[in-house]
Amino acid sequence: MTGLTGFPILSTIAFLPALGALVIILFYKKDWIDLIKWTALGTSVATFAVSLYLPLTFDMADPGLQWVEKTVWIERFGISYYMGVDGISLLLVLLTTFMTIICILASWREINTKLKGYMALFLLTETFSLGIFMAMDLFLFYVFWEAVLIPMVFIIGIWGGARKFYSAIKFFIFTFAGSLFMLLGILAVYFYHGKVTGVYTFDSTILSLAPVAPAVQFWVFIAFFLGFAVKVPMFPLHTWLPDAHTDAPTAGSIVLAAVLLKLGTYAFVRFTLPMLPNASMLFAPLMIGVSLFAIIYGALVTIAQKDIKKLIAYSSVSHMGFVMLGIFVFNIEGLKGSVLQMLNHGISTGALFLLVGMIYERTHTRTIGDYTGLFKELPVYGVFFLIVVLSSMGLPTTNGFVGELFILIGAFKAHWVYAVFVAFGVLLGAVYLIWLFQRVFLGNFHYAGGHGLKDLGLREIIETAPLIILIFWIGLYPKPFLNVMDASLTKLVEQVETNYRKGNGEVIPPQASLGAAVVERKVE
Amino acid sequence: MPAGLNINFYAVMPEILVTALALIVLVLDLFIRKNKAALGWVSVIGLICILPFAAYTNEPYPVFGGTIIADSFSAFFNVIFIIAAIFTILISMDYLRKIGVDRGEYYHIILFATVGMMVMGAANDLINVYVGLELMALSFYILVAYRVKSSRSVEGALKYFVLGALSSGILLYGMSFAYGAAGSTNFMEIAGELGKGDNTYLTLGIILMAVGFGFKIAAVPFHMWSPDVYEGAPTPVTALLSVGSKAAAFAAFLRVFTAAFPAFQADWSSMLWIISAATMIFGAVVAISQRNIVRMLAYSSIAHAGIIMIGLIVFNDTGLAGVAYYLLVYAFMNMGAFTIVALFRNKGRFENIDEYKGLSTTRPLLAFLMALFLLSLAGIPPTGGFAAKFFILSAAIDAKYYWLASIGVVSTAISLFFYAKVIFYMYMKEPDPGAEIAPASGVIYNIVLFCTAVGTVFLGVYPAPFIDMAVKAVRPLLM
Repeated sequence: MTGLTGFPILSTIAFLPALGALVIILFYKKDWIDLIKWTALGTSVATFAVSLYLPLTFDMADPGLQWVEKTVWIERFGISYYMGVDGISLLLVLLTTFMTIICILASWREINTKLKGYMALFLLTETFSLGIFMAMDLFLFYVFWEAVLIPMVFIIGIWGGARKFYSAIKFFIFTFAGSLFMLLGILAVYFYHGKVTGVYTFDSTILSLAPVAPAVQFWVFIAFFLGFAVKVPMFPLHTWLPDAHTDAPTAGSIVLAAVLLKLGTYAFVRFTLPMLPNASMLFAPLMIGVSLFAIIYGALVTIAQKDIKKLIAYSSVSHMGFVMLGIFVFNIEGLKGSVLQMLNHGISTGALFLLVGMIYERTHTRTIGDYTGLFKELPVYGVFFLIVVLSSMGLPTTNGFVGELFILIGAFKAHWVYAVFVAFGVLLGAVYLIWLFQRVFLGNFHYAGGHGLKDLGLREIIETAPLIILIFWIGLYPKPFLNVMDASLTKLVEQVETNYRKGNGEVIPPQASLGAAVVERKVE
Repeated sequence: MPAGLNINFYAVMPEILVTALALIVLVLDLFIRKNKAALGWVSVIGLICILPFAAYTNEPYPVFGGTIIADSFSAFFNVIFIIAAIFTILISMDYLRKIGVDRGEYYHIILFATVGMMVMGAANDLINVYVGLELMALSFYILVAYRVKSSRSVEGALKYFVLGALSSGILLYGMSFAYGAAGSTNFMEIAGELGKGDNTYLTLGIILMAVGFGFKIAAVPFHMWSPDVYEGAPTPVTALLSVGSKAAAFAAFLRVFTAAFPAFQADWSSMLWIISAATMIFGAVVAISQRNIVRMLAYSSIAHAGIIMIGLIVFNDTGLAGVAYYLLVYAFMNMGAFTIVALFRNKGRFENIDEYKGLSTTRPLLAFLMALFLLSLAGIPPTGGFAAKFFILSAAIDAKYYWLASIGVVSTAISLFFYAKVIFYMYMKEPDPGAEIAPASGVIYNIVLFCTAVGTVFLGVYPAPFIDMAVKAVRPLLM
């Protein structure tokens, strides 16, 4: 681990969008539409370009954090500005920087009012999301975690659809209430750890070395769960999601699905597992049960939807159930599948929302049944849609397959019954997606507005093509993606096991690496 | 302590200077006939000059026969009072002109109220607490009634006077019990008498004093006066009432209960626990249904009082420092919100939250600042409101008050609803057709808004030095 000696590459990536937002807010006039758009696009592209530095210099063999930045922030509480990225967060960071470009392109023509604020808020969302994936100090994490709500709420509430007011406030209160309990959990860990070890710190790497007593873990788990599960969202805390998705503008839906939903699952992997191993094991059956229920329930509700956007929104409940299942089966396959599936869901569902946005722009309706047989009129659009649908349902050669396969293996290793549910869930996924495709694209063309719908333009193809490429890249050659997370996840699984035994009161033979790390930290 | 009077004028220099300033303004009022705002400027400049004296006065030993103590605690609170008074006077100058009662006595009454607050913060004796409290309260009775032509102002003032007098009476009654039981009004001597013999009367005294302070901080069930008074009073006075008067009552509350009754901590903590929980929940829930923005802020201020009380209840250094820090942050964020309300409120317009619809299009900067203050009041990072709540909640968790912390969290979550509602109205609704455009802010308003906004953000982003100050401030209380 390095100190603040090197160039703060992570802070640069995280705050570059905020800088762009600041420039737009402070120096631009409202009616400089083109300049605002291009600056936002330029900022997001630049951020993505800088973030590409990470995979290029990433050391796959190192399971720990890389490019670490750490400085004291509030000394009295042991709070530091502590940023770091490892194999688990690297892909999510790239997903965020990448999807923001897509989002800004997707808003190119959809957003006509108050563009200045819109673009600034989007860039702020990016900054805060990146902060969440990079923050290793729980306080810093919490600050970003709450802060990301504000721009998102405004994006839904100002540029949203019919019931934007209701959806925005519902989203705001659900997530805010959940996170407040998480704050209590964070404080409990902080004080308990401090009292036992004498080290009062919010540094998650230190807190993960010596987990708190199982009885404390129990309550902290519940507190963390309330914070994280709302964001995932897990049944029964998911009810804000369909509303928020349906009423958000296209790009808002994309960023919500691709980035914000990942925050919850990421936090489970990053903080809940290593810090609360005993409680995680204890709650695992419940979590698996809820996840399986969410997979099936989400899929069934999805089948019944009439609005395409709502359909995709509900499918997220099902898909995130897979991710949660992979996390709580406690094996390396399941975890790998989960992290990869986070990425996949981001790409596929993001692409679906993007494509739905395109048809909505043309027809101003999203109701299934308002148009059929679109394939004949919009062949390019149809092909794209088909690929994304297949990827979302996990067809081999697409990204969804790899992720779901790993989760399936992980589930099977834990118990074969889980695997049966997963397989059934995949099947139901195929039902709603294929049925959707059939109803909208196949058959004879019918649309109240008549013929003359324009197929995708160049900008729209440029937006979609990278996602299609990624779908096949991960589907056909997932190795680089899996390799990136391999070392970190292996270490995580080991750490969870060691911590679990520590929590149960077993004396762990002083493994050179772990024990030394503890001593070293106490000294500093 | 009675050994030697220990007369030390240096220790009470801030109080003397503010009193002198008030007297100067009083006299100048006779000579300045037309432009009464000049008196405001004199007061502001005077207070700014006094601010460093107030901040650096630090005499850790009681003076004047043990009745006054000018330690880091009183210095910290004096800074809060003076800052609040400066902001209040700045926004009053325009406001008074607007409501047509531009008279000179307003300014020196505010200064006298400030002196009262300062005495409350520095008191080391029950009598001095009472004198300070009465000086502050009497000044506020006049200030609340300042819009004499408005029936609501008069109604509010009468309510405030009747209930305030009653609460003062109860407080004094409690003090008399404490005196009777302990044989002294000095905090240290009372603390020394505790545990010797029968403490029934002392307990009664503690309960009655808690009620008296509960009135001043508007804790449930002693909060009835506050929405009406807040609504009726001139808005800058409301701001000072919610920030300064509350901070002063908390300062005295903290000082009396930690210095005089530490041995009864378990008892008064469990009593205040219930009051705090009820205050947090009641304030937040009732605020939801308010349509008038000032009443909404009044109930929000009740909810905040409940949360601040947690710091006193847990009774550790983090908690007490949390109270001090919270009140400092509150001075900035609540003052900021009231500044915008004071700017808009005029002749019955901009009373209701509805009227803030579409403010983001007509006055984008003011809407942004209002949103900032409200988000800070809601406790969203990275604002000062979050840091303050974090401070208090961490103290509660540290002292294992999990349920109280959870209730605080629930109250905060509920309160997001009404804060967010105003923000949503400003940003997500179109203004009603034909609605009057909100007035623009003048230079003075901009200065106040700038200072409060910077304070609100800075106390959230880089709280470390101020947290250290707050911790240092409460150190004398725990000795």
